[in-house]
Amino acid sequence: MSVPNEPSRRGFLGLSAAAGATLLLGSACGGGGGGSAGNGTGKIRALFMKQAGYSESDIRKMTAAFHQANPKISVDVELVAYEALHDKIVAAAPAHTYDVVLIDVIWPAEFGSKRIVTDVTSKVSGGIKSGMLPGALATAEYRGHYYGLPWILDTKYLYYNKAHLKKAGVDEGSLDTWDGVVAAAKKIKAKGIVDAPLAWSWKQVEALICDYTQLLGAYGGTFLTPDGKSAAFQTGGGLEALKFMRGTLDDGLTNKGSITWIEDDVLKTFSQGQASFMLNWTYGFAGANDPKASKVAGDVGVRRTPAGPGGKRPGVNGSMALCVSGGSQNQAAAWTYITYLTGASVQDRYATSSLPCWQASYDDPQVTKANPDVVPVAKEQLADLIARPQVPRYNEMSQVLQSQLQRCLAQGEDPAAALNAAADQAKRILA
Amino acid sequence: MPASRDRRGQAWFALALLLPAAVVVFGVVLYPALRALYISFFDVDSPMPGAYPFVGIGNYRDVFTDPQVWSAAGHTVYFTLVSTAAELVFGMLLALLMNAPLRARWLLRAIVIVPWALPTIVNGAMWNGILNSQSGVLNALLTQLHLIDHYVSWLGSPFLALNLVIVADVWKNTSLVAFFLLAGLQTIPPQLSEAARVDGAGPVRTFFSVTLPLLRPTIAIVLVLRTMEAFKVFDIIYVMTGGGPASGTQTVTFLTYLKAFSDQRYGYGSAMAYLIVIVILALSTIYLRLLRQSEMGGAT
Repeated sequence: MSVPNEPSRRGFLGLSAAAGATLLLGSACGGGGGGSAGNGTGKIRALFMKQAGYSESDIRKMTAAFHQANPKISVDVELVAYEALHDKIVAAAPAHTYDVVLIDVIWPAEFGSKRIVTDVTSKVSGGIKSGMLPGALATAEYRGHYYGLPWILDTKYLYYNKAHLKKAGVDEGSLDTWDGVVAAAKKIKAKGIVDAPLAWSWKQVEALICDYTQLLGAYGGTFLTPDGKSAAFQTGGGLEALKFMRGTLDDGLTNKGSITWIEDDVLKTFSQGQASFMLNWTYGFAGANDPKASKVAGDVGVRRTPAGPGGKRPGVNGSMALCVSGGSQNQAAAWTYITYLTGASVQDRYATSSLPCWQASYDDPQVTKANPDVVPVAKEQLADLIARPQVPRYNEMSQVLQSQLQRCLAQGEDPAAALNAAADQAKRILA
Repeated sequence: MPASRDRRGQAWFALALLLPAAVVVFGVVLYPALRALYISFFDVDSPMPGAYPFVGIGNYRDVFTDPQVWSAAGHTVYFTLVSTAAELVFGMLLALLMNAPLRARWLLRAIVIVPWALPTIVNGAMWNGILNSQSGVLNALLTQLHLIDHYVSWLGSPFLALNLVIVADVWKNTSLVAFFLLAGLQTIPPQLSEAARVDGAGPVRTFFSVTLPLLRPTIAIVLVLRTMEAFKVFDIIYVMTGGGPASGTQTVTFLTYLKAFSDQRYGYGSAMAYLIVIVILALSTIYLRLLRQSEMGGAT
């Protein structure tokens, strides 16, 4: 019993589908559009990470101080775990959700080339260029363009439990090489002080690549061939680094939990006295020395990352930068906020959480007195950093490598076979 | 004529009332679905607007030839089969217990519903805590019972990790299965079991010969429903293992997410999503058929 002109269910759905298809084709491939400077006041949203570096409380205090100094700008702060940061920035980009985003040193190539973050080269003044540490400034640089200002300058240091070393009769000076660390770990294990003295961040996430990079550097390896078109980690230092990692697992020196840990887990294990050594970021020193959270407070030693057989000991460049997002409609206010947070006075005040990016800060008593143990080590280590490959499809390459490294570490695959498989898969990504 | 005009007016009025809901459905279901289909034919490598090369069915072809996808499909099938089977067995035991004339039956039912009421993210975080190799209660318990002498890295080996994610999933979803089956059990007239008992059948025989055959329609629905859900598993993997170790817990939906958002291969990710949709559609067709059959069975 249909009535003429009555919109049937099928007709209605058909109409909706047709409307959808029309809109779809009209909208081509994506929403969004370019950003605009805005009037330099009003509300902006900023995305940070809740892990390592500055704590949530630090960021909220910094922002509160910024509000006092800039009452016409209001900032909404949002924090996510590091593991969710990249995807959150990407997913929010077309909707212009955030005006300021914190990005890792490995993302400028990807984000810059896709206009997810704004090119701020013209705004990076001579004062910034001459005042900041060169390693820090490179954090947000890709092909001669700047996409943000460095805010977290970090690398991984070797932390050790002095009490464990003393009990085992190990000299701290022997920790300058990985061979020395392994020998010390064997003594500690043999004396029953700790069952597995080494703790690492070897979960199948970016943290694994950070630890691997540091070891690859120590063994004199490189990620890519000089022309940047092929993988090179499957030979030389890259292969030796993985053999070293696997060897410490096979010898029972590395805690097997490492395969499931990120830096926070490693810090907890070390802080409970269940590990004698850890590689960790700057925040690890303050964390392990916090008597409220750590059983080993006061017993924590920090040194440069140990050297491999060739004497090389670069730290992984784990810096991060604050960027104006590509679609921000209030870029002027976003830039004001970024310059405030990355300014020397703010960075110096919070130097126990993350070391400043400014050269002069390392002679500032506010910084050196706050970190008497870390600053001298950092001064040397930050001058010797190794970068992960700056390629636009970095995430894909990292995932391939993470998976194959874990095939060796967790499944017992031969190190050369695992890295060859990764190099094979990397061909498509680097092409 | 006036009657016809009146009905036409009513129809347009109904359409006007439906419009807000239709706009929402269109905005959050139809438009994204069509858009994903459109994108799946392009090599889209950025979330930003732009002209991306048309690749036809290239993305679909790449999905079928990617060994990572087949590996993830294997994990997904294993996860689906084992978790659904375990949930059915444990769900049945719980349902029988909840259906028994116990004094504190209300309390038992309230307790059983708790795991299902927990958000999956919380459930995953809780199991991560239990299984943590250094501070987890499982290692502490087993060590104190002298069942292990070294702490075990429960999520450190791929196959073990996959099975433990299944345990976490089963712990949560068994409640749902149990309540479905309880509803089915309550439709079985008690006289049938009594008659079987009078005829000399024991409780086990009664269960297999009377209860189980009558529960078949409910079991079928539960099976297909849970299979569909298990096939789409994502959040518990994201929280507990992140797909590791050695990609051993990567499922198809998790891999789709990685490809689309981490790798920014939106075309490829959309193609994967559509292939998953086809599998889910096949399962849901079976589900709807079974539902219809059981309804018809109930009517006769």
